[in-house]
Amino acid sequence: MKNDHLIEVDNLIMWFPVTAGVLQKRVADVKAVDGISFFIKSGETLGLVGESGCGKTTTGRCILQLYEGMKGSILFEGIDLTQLKREQMRRMRRNMQLIFQDPYASLDPRMTAGDIIGEPLKVHNLAKGKEYKDQVAELFRMVELEPYMADRYPHEFSGGQRQRIGIARALAVRPKFIVCDEPVSALDVSIQAQIITLLERLRGELNLTYLFIAHDLSVVRNISDRVAVMYLGKLAEVTSSDELYRNPLHPYTIALLSAVPIPDPVIDRTRERILLTGDVPSPMFPPSGCNFHPRCHMAIEQCSVEQPELRLVGEEHWVACHRV
Amino acid sequence: MTTATNEKVLEVNNLKTYFYTQEGEVKAVDGLSYYINKGESVGLVGESACGKSVSALSILRLIPYPPGIIVGGEIIFQGEDLLKSTEAEMRHIRGNRIAMIFQEPTTSLNPVLTVKRQVSEALELHRSMDKDASLEETIRLLKLVGIPDAERRAGDYPFQFSGGMQQRIMIAMALSCDPALLIADEPTTSVDVTVQAQLLEILADLRERLGTAVIIITHNLGVVARYVDRVNVMYAGRLVETAPTDELYGDPKHPYTVGLLASVPRLDSERKETLRVIQGLPPNLARLPGGCSFHPRCDYAMPQCREEMPELEKVGENHFRACFLDVKKLKKE
Repeated sequence: MKNDHLIEVDNLIMWFPVTAGVLQKRVADVKAVDGISFFIKSGETLGLVGESGCGKTTTGRCILQLYEGMKGSILFEGIDLTQLKREQMRRMRRNMQLIFQDPYASLDPRMTAGDIIGEPLKVHNLAKGKEYKDQVAELFRMVELEPYMADRYPHEFSGGQRQRIGIARALAVRPKFIVCDEPVSALDVSIQAQIITLLERLRGELNLTYLFIAHDLSVVRNISDRVAVMYLGKLAEVTSSDELYRNPLHPYTIALLSAVPIPDPVIDRTRERILLTGDVPSPMFPPSGCNFHPRCHMAIEQCSVEQPELRLVGEEHWVACHRV
Repeated sequence: MTTATNEKVLEVNNLKTYFYTQEGEVKAVDGLSYYINKGESVGLVGESACGKSVSALSILRLIPYPPGIIVGGEIIFQGEDLLKSTEAEMRHIRGNRIAMIFQEPTTSLNPVLTVKRQVSEALELHRSMDKDASLEETIRLLKLVGIPDAERRAGDYPFQFSGGMQQRIMIAMALSCDPALLIADEPTTSVDVTVQAQLLEILADLRERLGTAVIIITHNLGVVARYVDRVNVMYAGRLVETAPTDELYGDPKHPYTVGLLASVPRLDSERKETLRVIQGLPPNLARLPGGCSFHPRCDYAMPQCREEMPELEKVGENHFRACFLDVKKLKKE
C-alpha cells in the first residue's frame, strides 16, 4: 500500500438478493456494485458520480462497513476493515463518518440539535461534563451556527441549517475520513454554495479526506480533486477533475458531460451534444460484456462479449473501455 | 433557432395568490406580471417558495381552496381573463388549450389505468374522437415522444415504465390536443441528467414543430440557459428580473440574479473555484420583511429598500428589473 493512500478498495462486490414467493426464495440479485477497485489519497476529495442505480451510495456505505454480505477488501490506513471483529470495527468508526443527503430524514426529530451533535461524543466516551458542553459549542461554531441553538429541535431549522447540524455531528469524533452522500442535492441553489464552501473550508482546516458522492457533475467538478465515474455497478473512468472535464475518454463520461447544461447560453451553444438512447438497464440484469454497450455509439462486437478492465491509459487516468 | 412570434398567448397581470394558514397569511404570489408569446419558451426561475409553481397552478385555477385564494390580478389567455371564467370553461381549457406536466410522473399518472386509457381520455373528451380514432392517435403520440414498441406498450400500466418513459407519456398526454400553451413544472428534477437531456430535446423539437408556447419552471439555471428564449427570475412571490436568455446571463442587473449566477458551480469553471455565497436564508413567506423582500440578503441594501417595494422598470431592450440600486453601481462577479 502506498503511503498516501488513506483508503484502498479492492474488487468490491455488493449484491442484494431479491426474494419472491412465500418461502422467500432468492430469484435474482441486484448487482449494485459489481467488482470495483480504487484508492482515495489522504487529504483529497474523491468525487464519485453516476446516475441513479449506478451503485455510488452503496459503495460509500460498503466502505463504512454498513452492509453485511459484501465481498472484496477495504483497507483503511493499511488495515483491512473486512477482517476486523465487531469491537475493533466499532473503535475504527471514530475515523470515518457519514453525511446524509436528506437533511429532514437524517436528524432524529425528537432530539435537540445539541444532543444530536453531542451523541457521538457520548457513544465513544470522548467527553463529559463541562468539556462535553464546550466541545458541542465548538462544533456549532465550526459549522457557522450559534451555540445557543443547541436546545432547538430539527424542525425549527431550515434545510441548510439542518445539513450543518449533520456535518457537525460527523465532525464530533474528529474523523479522518467522511463519506458525503449527496450532501447538497436537497438544498436550494444559493444554500448549496454555502454548504460546499463550508465543507471545503473544513477539509483544509481539519485535514479531512472526503468521498463526495453526487449526481450533479457541476458540483463534483468544483469540489473534487479526482473523480470516479460509475455506471451500473462498475467504474467507467477515474482521473483528476481537470482531466475528466478536458479530456474524457469513456463514451459514457462524454455523454454524461454533454448532457449537463452550463449556465451560460453563449458557451453552452458551442458544445457538442451526445444524446444517449434508451434508459439505464436494471442492475438485476446488466448487459453482457461491457455493461454500457447497448447505449454506446462506439460499440463494436467485442463490447458485447468481453467486459473491459479498468486500466491505466494516461497519467493517473484509468478507463474501462475496449475502444480507448 | 427560436419559433417565438409577437403574438401574446398569455398575459399575467399583478397576480396575487395567498394562502391562509395557521402561521397567518402566506403571500405565495404577490404581484406577478409577465407575458408569453406564441411559439416562445419562457423559463420561470427561482428557489423553493419563490412562488413559481403556485403561479402556474393559478393560471389553471388549480389552487386548493381552502387554504389558497387568488386574491387579485388578471390572467389573460388568448384574450379572455381566466379568473373570470366558470369552472366549466376551465375544464374545457385544461388539458386542451393549456396543458401541464409535473415534476413527479409517478404521482401524476393514474396507477390503475393503462397508458392507452390515460392518453386517449383527453382525445375523447376534447377532440371528440371515437375509440378507434383515439387509439390510433395515442399510438402516434407515443411514437412521437419516443416510446419504443408503442403498439404493444400502450396497454401497459405506468409502473411498467421507467421514470424517463413516464415523463414522456406525460408529454404525450399534454400535447395530445395541440395546446397553445404548455406549462412544465420542474419536468426534469426527478430524472437523471442523461434522461433530462432526452426529455428536453423532445420538448424543444415538438415546440418547433407545433409552435406551442412553453413555460418551463425550474431552479436549474443550466436547463434554462439551454432551452428557453426568455428568463423570468422570481423571488418571494414577485418577478425581480426578466430578460432574453443571452442578455440575462451576460448582463444581469438585479443583485439576486447576479448572486444566484455566481453561486452555481459550473462544469467549465476552474476546480475549487470559490463560489460566491448569498448570505442568509430564503424568505419566510408568512413573515416577509418590509420593503423589498430581498433586502436582508442583499449586499447593496439601502434605507429605501427597507421601506418601499421596488417596481419593475426597463433597463434594456426587453430587459426589466425591480430594484432601487443604480445599475452602474452593480458589481458583476
